[in-house]
Amino acid sequence: MFAFLGRSLVQKAITLFFVSVVSFLVIHLAPGQPSQIDPLNPKFTRDIVERMRQEFHLDEPLHIQYVLFYRDLFVGKTVSWRDSRPVLGKIWERFLNSLPLFIVGTLLTWTFSFPMGIRAAIQRNGPFDKSTTFLSYVLISVPGFFFAYVLIILVVTRLNVPVIDMQTFGVTSDSALVQVMDRIWHLVLPSILSATGGIAVLSRYVRGQMLEIIGQDYVRTARAKGLSDDGVYYRHALRNALLPFVTMFGLMLPGLIGGSVIIESIFGWPGMGRMAYEAILARDYPIILTLNFITAVLVLAGTFVSDLLYMVVDPRIRL
Amino acid sequence: MKTIPSPSPPEPILDADLMPPSRSPWSETWRLLRKNRMAFSGLLIFAVFFVIALAGMLLTSGGSPVLDPAQVRLQEKLRPPLSAPNQETMAAGHAPALGRYLLGTDDLGRDVFARMLQGAWVSLTVGFVAVGISVAIGILLGGLAGYYGQQSLQVGHMLFWSLAIAAPILALASKPLAGMVAAAVAVAGWLFYAWRRRSKAAHPPLWLRWLTWPAMGVDALVMRAVDIMLCFPSFFLILTVVALLPPSLYKIMVVIGLTSWMGTTRLVRAEFLSLREQDFVAAARALGLSNLRIIFRHIMPNALAPVLVSATLGIASAMLTEAGLSFLGFGVPPPHATWGNILSDGKDFIFDAPWLTFAPGIVILIVLLAFNLFGEGLRDILNPKLRERN
Amino acid sequence: MALSTDTVLEVKDLRIHFHGEGPVSRAVDGVDFVIRKTETVCIVGESGCGKTVTALAVMGLLPQPPARIAGGRILFQGQSLLDLDVSQLRALRGKRMAMVFQEPMTSLNPVFTIGDQIGEAIRVHEDMPASEARHRTVQLLDDVGIADPEKRVDDYPHQLSGGQRQRAMIAMALSCGPELMIADEPTTALDVTVQSQILQLLKKLQQRTRMAIQYITHDLGVVAAIADRVYVMYAGIIIEQGTTGHIFTHARHPYTMALLDSLPTREKRGHRLYSIPGSVPHPAYKPSGCPFHPRCPHRRPSCIQEFPGMCDYGQGHLARCPILYGMQKDPA
Repeated sequence: MFAFLGRSLVQKAITLFFVSVVSFLVIHLAPGQPSQIDPLNPKFTRDIVERMRQEFHLDEPLHIQYVLFYRDLFVGKTVSWRDSRPVLGKIWERFLNSLPLFIVGTLLTWTFSFPMGIRAAIQRNGPFDKSTTFLSYVLISVPGFFFAYVLIILVVTRLNVPVIDMQTFGVTSDSALVQVMDRIWHLVLPSILSATGGIAVLSRYVRGQMLEIIGQDYVRTARAKGLSDDGVYYRHALRNALLPFVTMFGLMLPGLIGGSVIIESIFGWPGMGRMAYEAILARDYPIILTLNFITAVLVLAGTFVSDLLYMVVDPRIRL
Repeated sequence: MKTIPSPSPPEPILDADLMPPSRSPWSETWRLLRKNRMAFSGLLIFAVFFVIALAGMLLTSGGSPVLDPAQVRLQEKLRPPLSAPNQETMAAGHAPALGRYLLGTDDLGRDVFARMLQGAWVSLTVGFVAVGISVAIGILLGGLAGYYGQQSLQVGHMLFWSLAIAAPILALASKPLAGMVAAAVAVAGWLFYAWRRRSKAAHPPLWLRWLTWPAMGVDALVMRAVDIMLCFPSFFLILTVVALLPPSLYKIMVVIGLTSWMGTTRLVRAEFLSLREQDFVAAARALGLSNLRIIFRHIMPNALAPVLVSATLGIASAMLTEAGLSFLGFGVPPPHATWGNILSDGKDFIFDAPWLTFAPGIVILIVLLAFNLFGEGLRDILNPKLRERN
Repeated sequence: MALSTDTVLEVKDLRIHFHGEGPVSRAVDGVDFVIRKTETVCIVGESGCGKTVTALAVMGLLPQPPARIAGGRILFQGQSLLDLDVSQLRALRGKRMAMVFQEPMTSLNPVFTIGDQIGEAIRVHEDMPASEARHRTVQLLDDVGIADPEKRVDDYPHQLSGGQRQRAMIAMALSCGPELMIADEPTTALDVTVQSQILQLLKKLQQRTRMAIQYITHDLGVVAAIADRVYVMYAGIIIEQGTTGHIFTHARHPYTMALLDSLPTREKRGHRLYSIPGSVPHPAYKPSGCPFHPRCPHRRPSCIQEFPGMCDYGQGHLARCPILYGMQKDPA
């Protein structure tokens, strides 16, 4: 088992290396210069441009730049080109903004998907199943930006409350309790938005898995033993059906960075998705590359964790 | 003793009435499709959409189109749907073709209905072309990975292919000199290889022996490439490309296609891995068929069912991505209308002119719903376990 | 025939229909049989003749759409099973009548130990502390011939061989001391040597527990090895029944005779093997009259028009072929 894990780690490290190289190349081979060092940008004099070029090692050949960049990354020295603030600091700030959104969205998704999917499978083709199936398809098909505006219209016109940004203007002068509640309130709409899509997809997957397991021979054996429906479904079937989802847990890690550019743009939420978007537009290479690297680390760590969980949870796999 | 004349035993009756009617696989598929209401309605909606998109493209293109999506009428801005144009202030030739603004006008007085029609064709082409590219790549890579599996590529092969792929990339990325050098080396290497094969030299000379060492398994190589691609969040990758390069419809289609082949590759590889062990493959090999023929003519048709499902769902996803990109401002450049940018234009007026949000939103919803229903229905239909057993 | 108090299971005129699209599938079309204490009764037939469906109906495991019990009675120890509600049936299942299935590979839950699964059967039906249940489980594993049961009881199914898994299934079925065990081709998926071990095991257990065994199979070799009485099924009906000896030595139905003829034996060495022409009818498209008539070498016009009744040859041997009955009564 440890041999397998060891090999897996090595493979992932190699993949990470390749990812870092590829992303570095993509950024630097893209045409156009970042505005900060574009000699044609009238805001910068020649001296400033030269100094920036030196400071960011842009004169060196590509492979030297690569080494220097990643050295700076690991040491924490990398600095954004837009405002010269340390990249890691900026990322951390935005991360703290994105985190509550991610947590609430994920909680909602997982809490609702399982009961829905399981019940739909047990009462297959019944009214609950048919209605949730249709609802799921609609939610999968509705474009996020449209749905967001519909919700905004509904909430703002019917309930007359502000929803944009993380907090209402001027609330910092109120008491701490009001501020907290205000924060929570502002979380609601974007979380619901990101959760609905997730619930639609995940509950279908749960239903499919459950249906497949219910058709298995050992479920028939459980019935033949005289077990009650609860015993058959919730003890025998569920335990098997949930196996792949335990591993999915690990794969959720990259969602931390993902965030949705669109949702964050619509709600004016200063999260990591928007940061990446703004960095791309401004060609702020350090931010882009750092985010990319962190994402890759999360993806690989996520798959590693899910492999690990699989080995723990499924007695058939003891490598 | 009476002998009972024993008649010769009667022939067995093989009566067609005693068997259920036999159907060809195609008519069986069609029959299941009709039975599955979800899939069938999805298909129907798609057919209607296709006709409308085609008509829309024809009606809104050209110098003086029947339904003009670009005609600016500032005095008519933000008119609600089904309202009639103000005849007194209307300049000649600016009136909407049907006498009314069927879906209202936007903030520049343009006919939203005409713009929706123009956008329909964009969405359609982006969906199909992007998915076409990703499925083509996926089938190719997945098939090779699944079929050749553990066999290794030689160092020489890998060098050649790396150079061959790097050459156009370098050329496109404004480093043409490097690109040409890479291409030259690749071509020279291939010519050398071909010459040596022609002259039937037994083994490569010592100094080139290292080129024949096994480098990496085909399967391992492809799966590593998939893993690397999966580390990049696709939306950001697409955004990067589309934002940094001058925008065009083709770039969008190609980029979406180039970033979504991973799922198909995995599916095809999984199917190939299991089909490869079946007896019909062994039989084909025993007949002396070439590998390529076995892959494409024998195994591939059996592996395509999940690919079909994933392609249908992929079209929906590609259309959604394109709409999202347009919404953010990175789609087809204005004034060409796409559903995403109609919605984007309308977001500043959601309370005053909600039709600018609802028209594209609802239409996107319906079209995507059609594709998703059809795709999921296809999955049920093509599931061999659910087919009628004769 | 007169029923003694030894009767464990009695099935009368059972009819089971499947409703899908197209015509109704008459999978079981009027089946009668009886099983008594300490008896091993074999139901023999080819795939698709309805023998498994019958067994599932007795256990109450038929999915009732699309299947429907269209008629007949099932009496277990004199009690009509079709009149019981779901919870009453559940109380019987696994406790007083138990079933062993065909595929030991997939019939055990892979994520629970076999001790856990066997113990579950005990815990559901009997009020027993966990330690005692475990003790009983180990004892059962020993009874079915699994070596080293103290250790094996904590093994997962994938750690056992096919034969051991089937023994574990049998242990699970035995756990509450059933009066009837239904075995649906339990050895078909196993090697021949393992097969004979399992058959011997079943015989040994039956002698000890005096339970009735309904053994479903398509293999006449198995029938010869363990059956006391045999019912031969074809296209949803019983076409011949009797003791094993009678069936093998004086089969009285063309189908049974053809089955026996097609067995490869030493006498037939060097000759072409007989195979029955044609194929088994689809349950939704059955022929009129006698369902075997399209393939029968003794076919007469009456066979196509009239559904044949059972003909009595004495000592419990019945066959559903009036043609052969007529020929036998009037040989010369």
